Amino acid sequence: MRELAWLIPVLPLIAFGVIIAFGRRLPGQGAYVAVAGIALAAVLSIGIFVQGLGHTEAYEANIRWVPYGETALDLGIRVDNLATLMLLVVTVVGSMIFTYSIGYMHGDPRYPRFFAYLSLFAASMLLLVLANNLLFLYVGWELVGLCSYLLIGFYFEKPSAARASMKAFLTTRVGDVFMFFGILIVFLTLGTFRFDEIFAKVHEGAFGALTIGGLPLLTVAALLLFGGALGKSAQFPLHTWLPDAMEGPTPVSALIHAATMVAAGVYMVARTYTLFFQSPDHGALTFVAYVGGVTALMAATIAVTQDDIKRVLAYSTISQLGLMMLGLGVLGYTAGMFHLMTHAFFKALLFLGAGSVIHAMHTNSIKEMGGLGTIMPSTYWTFLIGTLALAGVFPFAGFWSKDEILLEAYHHNTVLFVMAALTSLLTAFYMFRVIFYTFTGSLRNRHAHPHESPPVMTRPLWVLAFFSVVVGFVGAPFVGAPIKHFIDFEGLEHVPFSMGMALFGTLVAAVGIGAAAAVYHWKVVPASTLRRAAGPLFTLVSNKYYLDELYDLLFVRPTVAVARFLRNFDVYVIDMIVNLVGFVGIGLARLYRVFDQYVVDGLVNLVGWIAKALGSTLRYVQTGRAQNYLLAIALGVIVLLAAGLFR
Amino acid sequence: MQLGLVHFLILSALLFCLGLYAVLTRRNAVAILMGIELMLNAANINLVAFNKYVAPAALNGHVFALIVITLAACEAGVGLALVLSAYRNLETVHVDEINVMKW
Amino acid sequence: MGQLAAFIVLSIVTLAAAVVVVGSGNIVRSALSLIPTFLGITGIYILLQAEFVAGIQVLIYAGAITVLILFVIMLTEHGSGVRFRQVNEQVPLGMIVAGALAAFLIATFVTTAWPTSSGALPQYTASGVGTTFMTNMVLVFEATSLVLLVALIGAIVIARRER
Repeated sequence: MRELAWLIPVLPLIAFGVIIAFGRRLPGQGAYVAVAGIALAAVLSIGIFVQGLGHTEAYEANIRWVPYGETALDLGIRVDNLATLMLLVVTVVGSMIFTYSIGYMHGDPRYPRFFAYLSLFAASMLLLVLANNLLFLYVGWELVGLCSYLLIGFYFEKPSAARASMKAFLTTRVGDVFMFFGILIVFLTLGTFRFDEIFAKVHEGAFGALTIGGLPLLTVAALLLFGGALGKSAQFPLHTWLPDAMEGPTPVSALIHAATMVAAGVYMVARTYTLFFQSPDHGALTFVAYVGGVTALMAATIAVTQDDIKRVLAYSTISQLGLMMLGLGVLGYTAGMFHLMTHAFFKALLFLGAGSVIHAMHTNSIKEMGGLGTIMPSTYWTFLIGTLALAGVFPFAGFWSKDEILLEAYHHNTVLFVMAALTSLLTAFYMFRVIFYTFTGSLRNRHAHPHESPPVMTRPLWVLAFFSVVVGFVGAPFVGAPIKHFIDFEGLEHVPFSMGMALFGTLVAAVGIGAAAAVYHWKVVPASTLRRAAGPLFTLVSNKYYLDELYDLLFVRPTVAVARFLRNFDVYVIDMIVNLVGFVGIGLARLYRVFDQYVVDGLVNLVGWIAKALGSTLRYVQTGRAQNYLLAIALGVIVLLAAGLFR
Repeated sequence: MQLGLVHFLILSALLFCLGLYAVLTRRNAVAILMGIELMLNAANINLVAFNKYVAPAALNGHVFALIVITLAACEAGVGLALVLSAYRNLETVHVDEINVMKW
Repeated sequence: MGQLAAFIVLSIVTLAAAVVVVGSGNIVRSALSLIPTFLGITGIYILLQAEFVAGIQVLIYAGAITVLILFVIMLTEHGSGVRFRQVNEQVPLGMIVAGALAAFLIATFVTTAWPTSSGALPQYTASGVGTTFMTNMVLVFEATSLVLLVALIGAIVIARRER
């Protein structure tokens, strides 16, 4: 089964090619092809997963790419437990989203293209996951970025969507440049792209005492790589593109925020974990943890103030990704990946649920909704399950993974633990705020006529809801926490399960839910009063800490100003020089034209005229009458005789 | 005054120029042929005269005169046949009207 | 002196007839005037002791060729009548050129010192001519006969009425 692993990214790629080539002529306008591609990949992934449960060694398949000198660059794929887990998540969640899209995108004018992009997106992500070297990883990474650009800007006739896609592309590109330099440092130092060789050399201490600018080179390389993850996983300070990315179709949001793109950053950190781990004093890991903590807390606070249901989920995603980074940073390798997996399921579920709601209401604002619980029962119950999972309520999936992170943080660093706990509290609060606004009470928008979504949309919801409930049990202590054996980083000890921490986590979630209920359901303290009490703090948070404005001021405006200056320089100086050269050329050409016309042509015409005049004169000689010629001959004879006589 | 070579030469020169005049000015192809006959006769007079006064022993002048007469007969036959043919095809014997070979 | 007188008479006859040949507007008169011209030339030949050539001259020129020309004139009567202009526009120019050429020729003949020989012709030249034809000039004789044959065939082919 593992030998067929290379098929997994190839299948969606084929689907992409077929849909691009044949489009609307395919069954279901290409949608079935896309679903078939990802579903086959999912079947293969499940097979590999089942097969991989037995052994722990990795499977590698390489092709020789560039031979140079004694050595050669081998590139290929690597199937180990980490990759298997990601494959499973990406393909299974992807299949659900693809299926859901059949209903959601129904009637869209660019329907086949949407599925083509989705397939390419899945193929890129799977290539990224399977890569056994930094180069393939980078290729998949950039392809994912490209697809996200295409999909966020799918409704490109909307200016805001076009801007959002541009923003996502450019912001992540900032991180990618860092990552590229990180890859270069690794390659120039170790001479290989392959992970196993890199890790082996790092273990041997190949970086040694190399430093750059006072920092250990290994730490710098790891942090540069982490720069890519900052952009891709929307970590502070490069997180601003993700909320704007909500301009894309909702399945795209689900695909990007749950299964693929944002997970890529976390996956990359986990994949190159050795580099982070081996950095002196875990310097790189500490940085990762703090970035994750700050991101988690900041995004959670912003999420509380947002009214757009997709934006709340977007900030929630940023926050949860921060938590994963925090988990990885506090040596919770397993915890971080575990949370990545559970989060993929319930966040996809929440996005698809939100999509279902938006599909019914034709608005994103939760303030206009209300009482949808009775109208859309399937959506309501699945959304509730997802919310409970995200809030970390026993026994839903989020509970187990979040508990792991809290536990690791508690044993590592108190500040980070407080951050994580606060994030959990806020998560429960803002998610139930959404629930209360959307599904309880009465419908606030009198003009809307909501209805339950078609089965093709609700069935994936139920499948994902099922996973959201059960997938957490792979980390439950009473079944032996198999995830801890499956995803395991060599040299790390697992913190044992603690009942106290589990109770604490539940308590935090309960407090958050209770607070939300008190404010938004029972209205003990009205939301407006709270808002006024918070005053400037609320303004600060609801404006997303003015980060967009700050970036606008710091980067966008200077860039635009420089660009404008360069444009003016181009228009007035360079163009003028070019025009001057052109003008001089034209002037010279004119001069030459006059010369050509009157002198050269004149000479040519003169020659022609002479020939013509001679010809027209002499043609009278050629009369065609022998008697004339004979006369001339007689004259000639006379001349000869005269010459003879008067010699 | 003794009859000598120059007298015959002058006669032949005059006859030749009369023939030439005919060839130059007549429009009728038959008249032109008559002019040519005159010129040939002038040449024959010369041949025979030179034979007598310059090389009396050889008789080559006579022989050549005879050959010229023969060829003149041929020329007259072929030339008149051409005139007949042209007349039949072009319905004229005037050489300045016969210009099909001019272009 | 008798010879000179004979020469002058013969010359006048020849040239006068030739002038009629050249200048007459009537083509038939021209053709008929050829006969005295040729006969005058025959006299010149006799004066020059070329009796065989003179005989041939009478037979072929005065007899055959003149008759042939008269036949052609009659066969082409539509083109040869007196109602046509018989001369072209080159008359004055041709007269001048012919006259000038005659003048120059005569001047040349008169001024040239001819290498005259004092020897005499045999009494009868006919046998000498025949001997020369069959000995020294046999090749020329044969070639001439070939030319005669070709001209004969050619004249027939050219003048033949096409079917």
